Amino acid sequence: MIEALALHELPASAEGLRPAVRAFLDDALRGRPVDRLSRSWMGFDGDFSRALAQRGWVGMTLPKQYGGGGKGAFERFVLAEELLARGAPVSAHWVAERQSGPLILKVGSEAQKNFYLPKIAAAEAFFCIGMSEPQSGSDLAGLRTRATRTAEGWVLKGQKLWTTNAHRAHYMIALVRTSGTPEDRHAGLSQLIVDLSLPGVTIRTIGDLAGDAHFNEVFFDDVRLPHDALVGEEGAGWAQVTAELAFERSGPERIYGSIVLFDAWLDHLRSLAAPAAADVALAGRIVSHLAPLRAMSVALTAMLARGESPVIEAALVKDLGTGFEQAIPNLLSDALGAAPQDEVPEALLRALAYVLQVCPSFSLRGGTREILRGVIARGLGLR
Amino acid sequence: MDTLFAAGLDRLLAGHCSAAVVRRIEAGGSVRDLWSAVDESGFADALVAEAAGGAGLALADAFALFSACGRTALPVPLGHTMVLRAALATAVQSAPRGPLAIGIAAPAESDAAIRCHGVPFGLVADWVLVPTADGGWLLPVAAAERRASGVHGSLKAHLYWPARPADAIRLDTRWPWLSIGAVVTAAMMAGAMQQVLAATLEYANQRVQFGKPIGRFQAVQQQSSVMAEQVFAARMAAEIGCRGDGVLPTPARAACAKARAGEAAQQVVAIAHAVHGAIGITAECELQLFTRRLQEWRNDYGSAAYWHARLGADVLARRGRPALHYLLDELAPRTGP
Repeated sequence: MIEALALHELPASAEGLRPAVRAFLDDALRGRPVDRLSRSWMGFDGDFSRALAQRGWVGMTLPKQYGGGGKGAFERFVLAEELLARGAPVSAHWVAERQSGPLILKVGSEAQKNFYLPKIAAAEAFFCIGMSEPQSGSDLAGLRTRATRTAEGWVLKGQKLWTTNAHRAHYMIALVRTSGTPEDRHAGLSQLIVDLSLPGVTIRTIGDLAGDAHFNEVFFDDVRLPHDALVGEEGAGWAQVTAELAFERSGPERIYGSIVLFDAWLDHLRSLAAPAAADVALAGRIVSHLAPLRAMSVALTAMLARGESPVIEAALVKDLGTGFEQAIPNLLSDALGAAPQDEVPEALLRALAYVLQVCPSFSLRGGTREILRGVIARGLGLR
Repeated sequence: MDTLFAAGLDRLLAGHCSAAVVRRIEAGGSVRDLWSAVDESGFADALVAEAAGGAGLALADAFALFSACGRTALPVPLGHTMVLRAALATAVQSAPRGPLAIGIAAPAESDAAIRCHGVPFGLVADWVLVPTADGGWLLPVAAAERRASGVHGSLKAHLYWPARPADAIRLDTRWPWLSIGAVVTAAMMAGAMQQVLAATLEYANQRVQFGKPIGRFQAVQQQSSVMAEQVFAARMAAEIGCRGDGVLPTPARAACAKARAGEAAQQVVAIAHAVHGAIGITAECELQLFTRRLQEWRNDYGSAAYWHARLGADVLARRGRPALHYLLDELAPRTGP
């Protein structure tokens, strides 16, 4: 059975980071409308990411010898939640700093660490994650993209799909088959770093329902990669990806996805002479969910900081968190429509519409709700 | 320190608070033996300052103790008594040795009479605190007209004192008794929900249908995962509720704890019974000892609806404060070194 997540305080050294981050964001985000900020960690702004990097706020947990900040997981948690709660456009560097950097640090060669990590910390190398394929979504182990070893390195052939930011990232860390067949499932998979500027890589952007374009289909047509494109161990791709997903699933981005919208709604209520009793109660209800969720996210961070890999606990918090993120726009939509005669600020309505439209994706990306609940059930001893 | 205490209480309750004991007391049996065992162990003085002969625990340390009471469906108000003894000790008053309950005073009907409606554990308490604006009165139940609530198995009572008894104990400390009742109850709910989850998982692994344990079916697995999420969230909220200032919770923390535990309980009870099927509805199955309590505790000291309204009003009163700032100010554990 899974251990209960324990309430954990953030150390004062981490808390001390907040004023500087807030001051920076007050300045950097001034004038950006709430509907733009609602894009949160889907908002892509390379200049913003580089400005953060100049302050040491990208890759802050990477060791100093690789250009990182040498800080702990709690510092990163504080930075991440301040950025996310304000809707800072962090998408450009987010994957590299959250997943790719830690992965390379953990299983990469010394040469790979020296090459990639300083670029990540400087927001000069943006990464994307190549997992899903046309015939392999939730059933990731059935993927077909294949890398074949040659005397010169690897030849990559296949296709990835739904790859967020592939069209504006420099590198992809792709999970591919390096031996066996799809029937071998978890065996024979490896992770390769693909330079997306190489010949044979074709990227096609797919528009989304909200008018944005962030995900892509990526084709590999005999792309020639060097030997050291392999990151970690050949054939250990599944285990590496599982550990990486604990990073992906445990961050505060799974609780703050609708928070900019919520704050805008609170400000709207505060501007009214007398908000409706139902709205007051709804504000309280949302905060009563947010507080324990955040505490659970801090608890996960504490586990990561102790060197544990809280795979099951992370799935639990993510499923709960995305459900909360999805509930907010639906509850607020109903609340705002409860008084049809009232005029609501247009930017708030645009933000609401955006979050309502995209929120189904919250429980798809990085593992669907059904997959996560299967992971939890295994932790509960039911599988 | 608190884990040591919690382990001690777990041992004590394992020995003295079996399901049979709970059932006997719910059927009107005496609590004397159970209470003596609990009182002699010293746990009722856990929150009393060390200088006054207690263990000097803070509310945060007591979370695990309250939660253990819920996990065993303890049919006496140990958590409530712990806080009341601490309050009496700060006022340098000696506490009566029996079980103490916390009531919510009804508006006065006449100058002298005191009516206290639906007091949790009122049927098994010797004394009941009736809070007033400037403190409260601890009143002997022996001097009250006591009526059971009429709900099967409930330990709630309606109490009426035609006049304040001569031996009533005046409490001058103005403690937030509704918030205190709420966090103690929320922590007990967290413990009860943990027990309900454990029982449900055990049953799902045991009960065979269509040739395999029902826990092997995805539909049951998905439901059980949702249940676990709710139990974890409720536990965390209740723990936040117990992070007060020494022994005292804040209204915001109490609101978060009680409201979230209440919402979780609704889902946890529903899923537990769904997985158990008809057997879970029987008197014989132990599940009902916990699900009946959870349903009752949801509304004790304010339901989710009550606390949502209070918390929401507090949030909206902070103009210009985003939700994260409110959380950090009011609902996060205090920062360590």
